[in-house]
Amino acid sequence: MRLTDQEKAMLDGSEGPGKQKAMDLLVRYGEALGAERFVDVTNIAGVPGSSTMFLQNYYKEHGGGSFEDVFSRFDLDSDESVPFPQVGGNCCHLQGGMDPELWREQGMSREAFEHQQQDEAEVVRHGIKVLKTCTPYLAGNMPAFGEHCAWMESSAVVFCNSVVGARTNTEGRESTSAAMLTGKIPDWGFHRDERRPGTHLIQVDVPVESVMDWGMLGYFIGDAVQENIPVVTGKLGQPDLIRHKHFGAAAASSGGVEMYHIVGSTPEAPSLDVALGSNKPRGTIHYGPEERRRVYELLNSSGRSLHVDYVMLGCPHASLEQIGEAARLLEGRKIRSGSSLWLFTSRAVKSVADLHGYTKTIRDAGGLVMTDTCSAIGRMLPQGTKVVALDSAKQVHYLPAMMGIEAWFGSTEDCIQAALTGRWAGEL
Amino acid sequence: MMITLRGRKVVGGCAEGEALVTHDTISGWGGIDPMTGTVIETHHELRGVSFKDKVLVFPGAKGSSGWSAAFHLARIAGFAPKAMIFNVMTTKIALGAVVTRAPAVTDLDQDPLTVIETGDWVKVDGDRGVVEVTKKSPL
Repeated sequence: MRLTDQEKAMLDGSEGPGKQKAMDLLVRYGEALGAERFVDVTNIAGVPGSSTMFLQNYYKEHGGGSFEDVFSRFDLDSDESVPFPQVGGNCCHLQGGMDPELWREQGMSREAFEHQQQDEAEVVRHGIKVLKTCTPYLAGNMPAFGEHCAWMESSAVVFCNSVVGARTNTEGRESTSAAMLTGKIPDWGFHRDERRPGTHLIQVDVPVESVMDWGMLGYFIGDAVQENIPVVTGKLGQPDLIRHKHFGAAAASSGGVEMYHIVGSTPEAPSLDVALGSNKPRGTIHYGPEERRRVYELLNSSGRSLHVDYVMLGCPHASLEQIGEAARLLEGRKIRSGSSLWLFTSRAVKSVADLHGYTKTIRDAGGLVMTDTCSAIGRMLPQGTKVVALDSAKQVHYLPAMMGIEAWFGSTEDCIQAALTGRWAGEL
Repeated sequence: MMITLRGRKVVGGCAEGEALVTHDTISGWGGIDPMTGTVIETHHELRGVSFKDKVLVFPGAKGSSGWSAAFHLARIAGFAPKAMIFNVMTTKIALGAVVTRAPAVTDLDQDPLTVIETGDWVKVDGDRGVVEVTKKSPL
């Protein structure tokens, strides 16, 4: 890689050991990619320094388990611990491991909670914003069009590129932490104009309007194009933020979609020609009634028992409107005894949901609004969960496999009905 | 018989071992269990199979941005693959290979997914970008 004088100074240690280790990792990473240079990034979202009890104990037994130890040795992949200076620029912490108030309900130990509190204090002390969400764009970090970012969280990455028109690759924990110290990331992939045009044409032949349908379409497309860039046209309503959120999250889970174009909707696709640039897609992938039914069946393939004991909403983290919808569907009703409903969102959005009374309405019905995490990230379920109902294709993709449970996929309304009755009655 | 493939370095170093080949892309976080080195993704052809100490041959990475952290954790827990050979470069696989610290190569002159089969003995020289394959059974 060709380094600027500033980057060379970081790499040779002139700017301190933290930046040196960060730069060393970024150079190894850039060379692995085949990148030729770095690009300056002004907006960085990661999970710096966070550790499970396993990691903390491992490092404790191998030299030290403090926040800076974990940050140096895991995040910066350094063999020694180095001081970790205040970060510059706009850096935020994405999702965490548990709710700061409802951790007991989530089955977390006091030890783990206290450990998380210590980590969070360190994150604050190092100048990183505690957003604790997979939807930073709903919680106080919305990048600008064209801004170079270094983001983790596949659903946020695809939103950042596609809906905002900012530029990021799917970064990892180590690269975002290193970027927080250096303000650099390899100039590769979606930072570069030539990577952004669409590569695959998707023709939608069945009406796609509901959030559930947008999730299914995303899941289909991710599987069909893998890490390529779909350009979607056809029978589509104008997607709002929630639909983009569910579509992108699904496409990034079944495949590796980091950017998509919806002609007439996303900012780099004013027309089909602009969306494709000089790319000439071979053929067109069709999404019709048959494909729609197959995706629905695939997403419901782990479901056996119709007895639902857990409903999880808020993947990716719920917007205020989604919490309002859940509150409306639950108002004056009671979740069936023995069933649980957990709805996940960010702290920022929850504070407004509290103000609107949504949180209380959901709680009065027997549900809980939780922040920071989700069942997959925190690996947490209500005790005894065997069958979950989900309104997120992404969460269906992960949760049954990770936790060894059955899952049903449907609309938010299907899921809330299941919470009220204890029975799955969703259908396409 | 021995087959030699030439490509480019992703991560340097040399390692050899038995090949574990999949035609499915691999998800890191949520797709593997780092604490056992096993693929757990529901519809994956390697579901339930461990890649510990194998030379992992696969098309590339998909899914969560926790890819690198999952393989990084597998390394720390002692369940990492010995080497990685893959076709499609992404940031997930590049960073993941770097922090797994296992020799890794890509851009090979023959498709490793066609040439290499599970059980073949594979030697990876990351620095030179060379892969030597000894077939377990004659072609």
